[in-house]
Amino acid sequence: MALKPAELKKLKETALRIREEIVKVTYTCGGSHVGGALSQTDIMVALYYKFMKIDPKKPQLPSRDRFILSKGHGGVGHAVILGDLGFFDQEELLDFNKTGSPFGMHLDTLKVKGVDASTGSLGHGLSIAIGMAIGARMQNKKWHTYCILGDGELHGGPIWEAAMSASHFKVTNMTTIIDRNQLCIDGDTEDIMALEPLREKWEAFGWRVVEIDGHDFNQICDAIDQSHKEKEKPFLILANTVKGKGVEFMECGKQWHYAGLDETMMNDALASIRKGK
Amino acid sequence: MAKGLTWTVADADHMTQAEIYGEVLTQLGHQNDKIVALTADLAGSTKIGRFQKDFPDRFFNVGIAEMNMMGIASGMAATGLLPVVSTFAAFAALRCAEHVRTDICYQNRNVKIIATHSGTSFGQAGTTHHCTEDLAVMRAMAGMTVIAPADAYETAAAVAASLEYEGPVYIRIGRSFEAPLHKSIDDFDFEIGKAIKLREGTDITVIATGRTVLGAIAAAEMAEQQGLSVRVLDLHTIKPIDTEAIMEAVMDTRRIITVEDHNVYSGMGSAVADVIAASGKGCVLRKLGLQDEFSIVGYPDDLLHYYKMDEDGIAEAIQEVMKMDFEEDEDWEDEV
Repeated sequence: MALKPAELKKLKETALRIREEIVKVTYTCGGSHVGGALSQTDIMVALYYKFMKIDPKKPQLPSRDRFILSKGHGGVGHAVILGDLGFFDQEELLDFNKTGSPFGMHLDTLKVKGVDASTGSLGHGLSIAIGMAIGARMQNKKWHTYCILGDGELHGGPIWEAAMSASHFKVTNMTTIIDRNQLCIDGDTEDIMALEPLREKWEAFGWRVVEIDGHDFNQICDAIDQSHKEKEKPFLILANTVKGKGVEFMECGKQWHYAGLDETMMNDALASIRKGK
Repeated sequence: MAKGLTWTVADADHMTQAEIYGEVLTQLGHQNDKIVALTADLAGSTKIGRFQKDFPDRFFNVGIAEMNMMGIASGMAATGLLPVVSTFAAFAALRCAEHVRTDICYQNRNVKIIATHSGTSFGQAGTTHHCTEDLAVMRAMAGMTVIAPADAYETAAAVAASLEYEGPVYIRIGRSFEAPLHKSIDDFDFEIGKAIKLREGTDITVIATGRTVLGAIAAAEMAEQQGLSVRVLDLHTIKPIDTEAIMEAVMDTRRIITVEDHNVYSGMGSAVADVIAASGKGCVLRKLGLQDEFSIVGYPDDLLHYYKMDEDGIAEAIQEVMKMDFEEDEDWEDEV
């Protein structure tokens, strides 16, 4: 079902604000995984501003939904959202990457409020999410677990160990989303180590797969709604995205996996984001 | 016992360390419904499968996928469950070391890893299935508690104690029918981080851990017949280490032999050496164990003998170390 115009507008405005903040933090912190942070933004905005049951004033609330950013290098984008929601003062992000700061490129669950698992080493998050989902099910808790995977981390074996076990253990109280931006550090995933046919791989592992445009809020929200109704198989949203989305000169460029910005570049990036409004 | 957890050990004379572990874990499972058990296709071999019999819904076999197992355990712990994970030491400590570090220790998740077939205790299986590196790996992980019980009774006590301790714990046990060290479960006090002084002695101290403790006692008895007074410490907890007991041994005997079914590099002996070196007190230290080599194939008891970790090897080391003296002459060749 299509989003109401007012809701769609609000989500788009939020995504724009988050993208601006990602660019600003990238400038102040000296460098970040800006490309992947921008590709995941619309999915994360839909989760955090429409679906997830969370309370920024009670970050450890037992009944909260859980969120695992398995592609932990997207931490800068996650931190900006948590700050925007009020888990902490957005001003604190001025210390991002600085010595002694609670915020590093890959967020630490013991130091940053609202982060449910320390990720960064790729291939870990799905297993942790499955453990949380099973933990909820065993204890009759109604909260839901969300997990975002990068596509590059699908090269590694642990993801497929986890994929197999999610269907074996019939984990349906979890929604997994792949941020399919097509790029890992060294280049196109299909040149480095081909992942395709990706949808068929996940289906063969026993998952229900829905493929969407990961920048279309109607499609994102529709797919998440569907995942909540699934009762038989673990649910995967294969979200096709653009690395660097929103900043024209970064889009689809592998050099923007991790990069710093000077003031001119920051201003160009902000202008590009606003132009896309 | 705190939280009212109770357990008994029925027949340690005829059950392996692993069997006792499975039995005690199951008893504790009846009293704490947060306990869940995970294994990677080694339910039977590690004896964690005993838990499955009573709690099929709280038991998870992930297949031969140890990395996934550690991650799932971490996620479960984050929801308030108390996961106990079992596989062979070689896989728990080496194959998925980074998952233990990142998913469990770094996030301070309350997961207990019970690693069986440690050291050379699965001797016939060949070196891929030996694990003489796990104490080094696990002790390097911040926040990890590392325990190597000497027999089935200690295993039971260690498992029970670890479940009442908040934080990651690694317990390494053996496979084979190690003879019991203790006469009964009431024969000793078990406290994490507190060595058990099994024999008093003033000439030399043997600090042993895991399945080498029994040989240390036998060697001490042999030496006693030759007029030597040998102290024996059962250092079941490698981390946090019992600095007090080690320093008492340094001050009282000034000669120490460590024995571990592990590489002497970075294992228990190295942990003892850290304590001694930091104290600034002079003391000779001989480390018995594998001398930086891969273990040969063989029966577990034969391998203890081959690597001089049994009573004969320890007795020989006692004689050698006792020959070193503390004379006030200029000859440094024989000095401590």
